[in-house]
Amino acid sequence: MKKTIHFILNGHEVSVEVESHKMLLQILRDNLHLTGTKDGCGQGECGACTVLVDGMSIDSCLYPAFEVEGKSVTTIEGLVGEGNKLHPIQEAFVEKGGVQCGFCTPGMIMSAKALLDENPNPTDEEIRKGISGNLCRCTGYVQIIDSIRKAARSLR
Amino acid sequence: MTEYRYIGTEIPRPDAPDKVAGKALYIHDLVRPGMLHGKIKFSKYAHARIRHIDTSKAEKLPGVHAVITGYNTPEIRIGFIRDNFVLKKGKVRQFRDEVAAVAAIDPDIAEEAVELIRVEYEELPAVFTPEDALKENAPLIHEVDARGRPRSDNLVPVPWKFIAGDVEKAKQSSSFIAEDRFETPLIQQSCMGTAGSIAEFDLQNNLLICTKTQIPFLAQNDFNRALAAMGLKGKNTRVIVPTLGGSFGTGLDTHSYEYISILLAFKSGRPVKIVLNREEEFTALSPRQPTKTHIIQGCNKDGKLAFREVRMTLDNGAYTSWGATTPSVMMLPISSLYRVPNVFYETTIVYTNNTYCQAMRGYGNPQATWPLECNIDQLAEAARIDPFEFRMINSNVPDEVTPMGLKISTCGLKDCLKTVSDRLNWKERRGKGRGRARPPRLSARDGGQARGVGMASLLHVGGSGRVYRSDSTGIIMKLDDFGNVSVITGGVEMGQGFDSALALVSAEALGVTPDKITIISGDTATCPWDVGTHASRGAFTAGNAAIMAAQKAREKIFDLASEYFMPRVHSSLERRKKEDPAFEIPELDYGRILDPSEFDMRENYIFLRADPDNPLVRVRLEEILRTAHFKEQGTMIVTEAFYDPPNQMIDPRTGRGNLSATYIFGTQGAEVEVDVDTGKVKVLQFVAAHDVGRVINRQTIKGQIYGGIVTGIGYALCEEYKTEKGRNLNPNFLDYKIPSAPDIDFPIHVECIETNDQYGPFGAKGVGEPGEVPTAPAVANAIYDAIGVRIKNLPITPEKIIGALREKKK
Repeated sequence: MKKTIHFILNGHEVSVEVESHKMLLQILRDNLHLTGTKDGCGQGECGACTVLVDGMSIDSCLYPAFEVEGKSVTTIEGLVGEGNKLHPIQEAFVEKGGVQCGFCTPGMIMSAKALLDENPNPTDEEIRKGISGNLCRCTGYVQIIDSIRKAARSLR
Repeated sequence: MTEYRYIGTEIPRPDAPDKVAGKALYIHDLVRPGMLHGKIKFSKYAHARIRHIDTSKAEKLPGVHAVITGYNTPEIRIGFIRDNFVLKKGKVRQFRDEVAAVAAIDPDIAEEAVELIRVEYEELPAVFTPEDALKENAPLIHEVDARGRPRSDNLVPVPWKFIAGDVEKAKQSSSFIAEDRFETPLIQQSCMGTAGSIAEFDLQNNLLICTKTQIPFLAQNDFNRALAAMGLKGKNTRVIVPTLGGSFGTGLDTHSYEYISILLAFKSGRPVKIVLNREEEFTALSPRQPTKTHIIQGCNKDGKLAFREVRMTLDNGAYTSWGATTPSVMMLPISSLYRVPNVFYETTIVYTNNTYCQAMRGYGNPQATWPLECNIDQLAEAARIDPFEFRMINSNVPDEVTPMGLKISTCGLKDCLKTVSDRLNWKERRGKGRGRARPPRLSARDGGQARGVGMASLLHVGGSGRVYRSDSTGIIMKLDDFGNVSVITGGVEMGQGFDSALALVSAEALGVTPDKITIISGDTATCPWDVGTHASRGAFTAGNAAIMAAQKAREKIFDLASEYFMPRVHSSLERRKKEDPAFEIPELDYGRILDPSEFDMRENYIFLRADPDNPLVRVRLEEILRTAHFKEQGTMIVTEAFYDPPNQMIDPRTGRGNLSATYIFGTQGAEVEVDVDTGKVKVLQFVAAHDVGRVINRQTIKGQIYGGIVTGIGYALCEEYKTEKGRNLNPNFLDYKIPSAPDIDFPIHVECIETNDQYGPFGAKGVGEPGEVPTAPAVANAIYDAIGVRIKNLPITPEKIIGALREKKK
């Protein structure tokens, strides 16, 4: 079954014709060509596909595309401002070495955004919990946590 | 030590902004016009004859453009000893064997088509342990070798052996001996970005393949060989490397899926993309080998190591990758970590019907250091010497030549040991948890938690490793009209920080600011040759090549400056005079031809060595470059260098050879708390001190060590690729547990010991792999200190601890 869905993507209205079995991740990557959201496992285990739906972080690989009707979706591309101005969380990841191979990074940053929107002053334990659904094999998380700590400071 | 401008700073890595913005392009993100999607049909048996393959239904499915099997494509042999075939004919030897593949207009149709392929098998008896595989009358995995000669057993014909001194004699005279058996499991590298490739042909039948590899130039060679097998002898391959979502050794071999994308592209005449999904990454890509080790070590009454005897068995799986050469690196710590005069080492590699294995970060070193460093603690205990003191007594020293012929240049091992001991407050904390050291405060009998500290060290290649005949890398430096420098390299950035290290070394060596450097890599058609990014060699070899190329560029720049420098200075002063009439042009000889040796360059300015800080008498690099480009019969500045480190291949007959130009040492220590009721291990703190030669980028080097440690924590405590009769049981991140952020709820302190190695670029050694090497034994030794039981097969799960505590109580 196909249906046209309408939603707000990074502040812009979009309409896409989608098949019922497609997940939001596939719509973002294959139909809308926003490949910043990564497909790491397709099973909701690694968090590389994390995006915000109405401000909540979700695994877009498990989120049925039909469900996004009328909602507002923010992806990693949506955090970059005019003139390629990075969001303070993105800047912090650059500054503090929170990036190595970079494959987990977009999802990690979206989880960090959801966390800091909800809790602008998180403890390290709260940061670790906030990114518990985002796996990283390169960094050992140490500099990712440094990055989020720094982002929290710059956003306050 | 010399003061540097950029070496040792924390400048953010150049690839970070694109990565945080989601703009870096991984294989998953790339699309070509007309591209088809490939899908592979894998075996349903661990060992079976292929009776028949029926592809007719798949071929008729609308949207399918090509269906291939081993029966309708040319035979392409792959692997270190050519014992593997891209598509299998006759029989399958492991669950993941590729029996057919399709290319279709979208991934859903490709998947449906693969389901429609029917394969009839006749199951054969199979073997799943090296012990069973070595039994008489065990079923043969390979009936013939690559040359068609009959085989009589399941031994992989890659024997590794090293003998120094007289171990038997040393055994007789040793005062203390410790003997035990240890095991390591299969481990999945767990790259966040799975493997994949896109292959296409041009109209002259040359191949363009974009693929997830660490060895673009060796891959080019492999693929050209495949083209020859396909009847395209003389045709060429251009390998493009996309942004890599981690690699950790998975890109050291070329894989069946890459060749299948090539075969499908050739058959369909369209670009074909194959990207493994997560389950396929687990089940169809090669993990790290499992090992079984029997180790005996002895020392004299003062704790000096007298001998070491190590026998290892590796489960190779059904085919042979470069992973079969990991014993060459295992030989390093086994022969040379700590000073031991008498060594016997032998490795047996055995074919089984398990998944075939390949390299992973550390290239065998974690598997070797695990038994070695656990057994060092056992020997220290037998000799009643504190394990830290025991390691100090036997520590390697600078300028030592080990029995294997490793020429140790710099060696910071003693400093590493002391740093870890100090940071852990070793003297206060060691031996407080155990009943044996003193009456227990908290012991297994009492229940509750017990604390302990442990340490383990490492020795690894730090100056590349001559695994192949060449250990070289090329660099091209190309300067443009604006003073920008393209540093063109054959090396590969896979997350480790290669681009950052190379940019800083290039900037430092040339005398420009790092923002002027652009690293260009990942294209065999335009980048200079490199043997591969492995063995922690990227920054070491490319850095040395960059210093050579920068030196050549400086010579050319200063040659040009000899004529143009003073006139350029004069015209800039005249410009200034026009803007500011009060400005007085100093009286100098502006027509003077200078000698090139009079110049130096830093921060994009050429200046006089004799007058380095004069802001009036200097010229921007780009002015000289433009002058060179725009004058009649001008010139350009493009330099190249090819660096081959002063190291040797290991002589397979003697097991000797100075494998690396320099060696990296390190010590890691853990403080743990073990809950004796639940068996749960909590790491309280972790300390690592590594002799890195010289820090190039403080941020990325720490990132490498942190990342290595956490992968090592996974190896120590939770990771295991489980199989049952050759089939993987946990092909996902729910059942295959890698550490997540909440697991790393303890401080990790990393200390870089700088020994300024004479062979390293600005003194630096390679650091990519070592972070993971001694982590597991450090944790195990801490657990033993806490509760007095030793777990000898990784991972150290709560179940094993509870079992061992119960056993101890009996």
